[in-house]
Amino acid sequence: MELINTFFNWDVMVRAFPILLRGLGNTVLLGCVTIVIGTIAGLLLCLVRLYAVRPIQLLAILYIDVFRALPILVLLILVYYALPFVGIRLDSFTSATMALSMVLAAFTAEVCRAGIQNVPKGQFEAAASLGMPFWKSMRKIILPQAIRVIIPPLTSNSISVFKDTALASVVAMPDLLKQANDAQAMMANPTPLIGAALIYLAILWPLVRLVGYLEARNQRAVAR
Amino acid sequence: MTSSPAPLAAQMSDVNKWYNDYHALRSINLEVARGERIVVCGPSGSGKSTMIRCINQLEKHDSGTIAVNGVTLTGDLKQLNTIRQDVGMVFQHFNLFPHLSVLENCVIAPMSVRNVPRKQAEEMAMHYLSRIHIAEQAHKFPSQLSGGQQQRVAIARSLCMQPNLMLFDEPTSALDPEMVHEVLETMVSLARDGMTMLVVTHEMGFARKVADRVIFMDHGEICETAPPEEFFKSPQNERARVFLSQLIH
Ligand SMILES: Nc1ncnc2c1ncn2[C@@H]1O[C@H](COP(=O)(O)OP(=O)(O)OP(=O)(O)O)[C@@H](O)[C@H]1O
Ligand SMILES: [Mg+2]
Repeated sequence: MELINTFFNWDVMVRAFPILLRGLGNTVLLGCVTIVIGTIAGLLLCLVRLYAVRPIQLLAILYIDVFRALPILVLLILVYYALPFVGIRLDSFTSATMALSMVLAAFTAEVCRAGIQNVPKGQFEAAASLGMPFWKSMRKIILPQAIRVIIPPLTSNSISVFKDTALASVVAMPDLLKQANDAQAMMANPTPLIGAALIYLAILWPLVRLVGYLEARNQRAVAR
Repeated sequence: MTSSPAPLAAQMSDVNKWYNDYHALRSINLEVARGERIVVCGPSGSGKSTMIRCINQLEKHDSGTIAVNGVTLTGDLKQLNTIRQDVGMVFQHFNLFPHLSVLENCVIAPMSVRNVPRKQAEEMAMHYLSRIHIAEQAHKFPSQLSGGQQQRVAIARSLCMQPNLMLFDEPTSALDPEMVHEVLETMVSLARDGMTMLVVTHEMGFARKVADRVIFMDHGEICETAPPEEFFKSPQNERARVFLSQLIH
């Protein structure tokens, strides 16, 4: 009974719920904006990595390596606390969006590269022999075939980055975790934190299942 | 077929190509006259594929000049795409687009490259598909067709761009024996219609039937060029003689 009163206190939960909801709104917004920007940037980065002139390719490789190696938290703190020293002052939402999308773009670029390289050479040649220009054959022939391989790891990376939105609380963004933490302090009870954890689970668990389903479907398609 | 004023469909002069330090094409000189049917044969690794792939620049040559329909290739991408629109290519492994239906395979290039309206592109596609007896399967996907059917669709896909030169790279060598015939038949009928064709194949029956000239290649060189009767009866080149004796007729 004592345990339930401490961790699952209904009164506290009811009072904290609106606060959590506000945080959830920010988290979802941050997550979605990051996923959209990071995915588009990642695809472009991948095309540069694969098809640009050599020196620019090397820059893309450098970018991808660095941002896959750098911990997101370190990057976020650099953007938020270090950039002001050179006069660039970004609010917490912008800082978090930037840091998270920069990292997601690097991971997405690698995923897309694997997907594109998985398309047989003959497909590129058939499109080229019909006189299709590069961008057209990418859009109509190559990417539609690559996308099946790309989607599961892309979804998986998106889940990771959505979880990493919680790091934004470090730069004082009122996301779900920060709101829950504040509510916990205010109400001197950890129930809001439990609530936040349950909300993360409710959003991400179905997505994790979805990745599993997509991967299994691809396995079956390969086996055929 | 769009009529092109240039009397030569393709011309290669002193073309050389290296893969790293391997000399894959040695001073190739070749003229393909409008309406001409040429069969290219030779041992594996002799450079047959490399030669015809240089014509539409799926492989870049390192020296010499190549002109297609009277236009000398400069390496400019825009020019190349324009030239490729008039040069059809049929591959050993068909290379149909697996995510598109047969009909979509045929209309995608005319629509997106030549800006042909969909209705007109589909009419043209159905015309070519019925010529190869695949019209009823237009809405199937390539994986649902037999190898022979897929290769015929690949030919139809090329024809939908209304090319004035067709390149074939061993179009029947990936097929089960019982399907070779139907593809060769399609190619023969194409030849009868006056299409200019450059065909890498070891189907000597086909060469006898339609070729104006047979070209024998070895070690990256054109060793012999002769009309089929002459080539098969009394090849001048020693290596061609050995090659022919090894072929099962
Ligand atoms: N991409 C490549 N990189 C390196 N070497 C290559 C490449 N493509 C072809 N070659 C080499 O160039 C030579 C000619 O190859 P090509 O494919 O033109 O021969 P081919 O006459 O078409 O043979 P096949 O009858 O086996 O198709 C071969 O020795 C081959 O190993
Ligand atoms: Mg070959």
